[in-house]
Amino acid sequence: MALTREQIASIAALARLDLTASEFPVYQDSLSRILEFVSALDRAHTADVAPMSHPLPGLSQRLRPDVVTEQDRREHYQANAPQVAAGLYLVPKVIE
Amino acid sequence: MSDWHTSTLTQLAAGLRARKFSSAELVRAYLQRIDASQAALNAFISVTREQALSDAAVADRALAAGAAGALTGVPIAHKDIFCTQGVRTTCGSRMLDNFVSPYDATVVAKLKGAGAVMLGKTNMDEFAMGSSSETSFYGPVRNPWNPQLVPGGSSGGSAAAVAARLVPAATATDTGGSIRQPAALCGITGLKPTYGRVSRFGMIAFASSLDQGGVLTATAADAALVLREMAGFDANDSTSVDTPVPDYVAALERPLAGLKVGLLKEFFDEGLDAHNERRIREALKVYEGLGAKLSEVSLPNLPLSVPVYYVVAPAECSSNLARYDGVRFGYRCEKPRDLADLYRRSRGEGFGAEVKRRIMTGTYVLSAGYYDAYYLKAQRVRQLINEDFRRAFGSVDVLMGPTTPTPAFAIGAKTSDPITMYLNDIYTIGANLAGLPAVSIPCGFVQQLPVGLQIVGPHFSEARLLSAAHAFQRVTDWHTRVPPGYA
Repeated sequence: MALTREQIASIAALARLDLTASEFPVYQDSLSRILEFVSALDRAHTADVAPMSHPLPGLSQRLRPDVVTEQDRREHYQANAPQVAAGLYLVPKVIE
Repeated sequence: MSDWHTSTLTQLAAGLRARKFSSAELVRAYLQRIDASQAALNAFISVTREQALSDAAVADRALAAGAAGALTGVPIAHKDIFCTQGVRTTCGSRMLDNFVSPYDATVVAKLKGAGAVMLGKTNMDEFAMGSSSETSFYGPVRNPWNPQLVPGGSSGGSAAAVAARLVPAATATDTGGSIRQPAALCGITGLKPTYGRVSRFGMIAFASSLDQGGVLTATAADAALVLREMAGFDANDSTSVDTPVPDYVAALERPLAGLKVGLLKEFFDEGLDAHNERRIREALKVYEGLGAKLSEVSLPNLPLSVPVYYVVAPAECSSNLARYDGVRFGYRCEKPRDLADLYRRSRGEGFGAEVKRRIMTGTYVLSAGYYDAYYLKAQRVRQLINEDFRRAFGSVDVLMGPTTPTPAFAIGAKTSDPITMYLNDIYTIGANLAGLPAVSIPCGFVQQLPVGLQIVGPHFSEARLLSAAHAFQRVTDWHTRVPPGYA
C-alpha cells in the first residue's frame, strides 16, 4: 500500500518529528514498502487466536508495599537537562 | 606474558585468583589492544581508562586479601545501551551524545559486584535498531575478519571487540537477533537468555516485550560464567522473573547423549546460502556423533516472524522513544520557536534515519483505524508462532539451524533497502517473539568468514543450551580462531 506525502506529514506530526524536504520521498518510499512487506500477515488465519502481548504468559504484575524507595536526587538528574533554573526544567514560553 | 588475549575468560579468572598475573597488568594489556584497533574497527564509543585502572587496583587488593568474586579483576565491556553511573551512555545516538547516566543498569551493577572491571562502552546501531552496526552516530563498526564488511548488529561493537580479543567478554542486547547475528558474523559465542532472565532495568528500551540482555564471549563456558553473575530477579524490572538462577558453570559437563534435536525445516529455506548450509549440516553431524538424536520439525507460521516483528517492534519503539523530547535530558535543538518546535526539531535532528523510520512505522500501525489491521493482527500471529514453538518443544529438547542466511556482507550493501536489511534477522526473530533463550556458536568458515550455528531452547533452558554448545566446543576448535592481525 502506497502512502501519500500528506500521510507521511500526518505520521510525522503525530510522532513529533520534523522532517526535511529531502526526507519526505525517502520515508514515503520505505514506509510504503514496509507496509507492503508486513501485509503478508493477512495470509494468516487468526480468527480464534488471542493476541499475544507478552512472551511469558501468566506473569502477573507484582505489587510492592506502598513505601517511598526513591531518594531525592533531583540535582543529579537535572545535570543532564538542556536548561534548568532554580530546580525547574526550562522550555519556551507556553502561555503568552 | 603477552598471550592473555588468547586465553578464555574462564582461564583469566582462574589465573587472577591464582595470582599468576594482576588485574592491573591485564587491564593495561587489553586497553592497549583497544587503542591499537580503534581506528580500524571503531568498536568502542567510550574507553574508561582511568576508572578501569583504579577498579583494577581495587580488584588486585581484593584478590590479595582472598576476597575475590567470580569475576574479580576480569576486564569486560558494556554495550553503550546499558546505563553506567557517571559515564556517558549514548545508545549510539546524537540524542544521547551528552547523556551521563545518573545510575547503573542492574546488569552493570551485578557484574561490578562480581568484580568485573569495565574497560569501556561499545559501539552499536542507534538505539539498537539495525543488523549491521552502520546506523551509529559514531560511525560504522568494522568486522575484524575483514574491515570492508559489517560485524552484524546491533551489538556489533561488542561482537567485534570480543572477536578481535580486545576484551574477553562484552554485554549485549537482543531484540530481534542483535546478540546472535553479530556473534555469528564475527565468529564468537552469543547468548540471548529467556525474556525476564536478565534485568532490563537501566537497559535503554527499544521494544520492551522483546528486549533481553545477554553476553558475547569466545566460548560457551565463558558465557555460562558471565550469565551466572548477570541473571536473576530484579524488583526494578516489572517483567523480571523470580526463579532461582542455576549454576550454569556446574551444568556445562552434562552429557549430551540422547539430546533430542529438532532441525527447523523453515530455516533450511531458499534464502539460506548453500555454503552456509554445508557448514551447518557438518555441525549437525558433529552433534550426531556426540549422541544427539536428530529429527526434522516444522513451525509453519515461523516465516511470518519478520513481518510480525516489523509491526510489533516499531510500535513499541514509537512508544518508548516518545520520552526523548528535548526537555529533561538529551539533545535539544538550537533556538526553539515554541514548545512544539522544540519537540519536533529536537527529535528530527537528534534521531538518525533508521530510528525515525521505525518511530513513524510504529506511529502508523498504532494510529486510529490501523491498530486492528496491523498491531492486533501481528499480536495474533505472534501467538501462532509461539504455539508452533511450544508444540515443537513437546517432541524435541532443542532446535538447531543457521543463525544467519549468509556470512558478513559489505558495509553499505544493504543500507538503501530496509527490507533487505530486515531479512538478515529471519532466523533469529522467532526466539524473541516467543521469549525463548538461544545461543549462536561458531561452526566453520565460508571464504575465511565465520558461520554461526543457532540453538534455541524452551523458556529457562539456558543451562541445557550452554552445555550443548560446550559439548560442541570440546570437540571442535572454531571458537578458538582469531581474526588475522589480532592473534
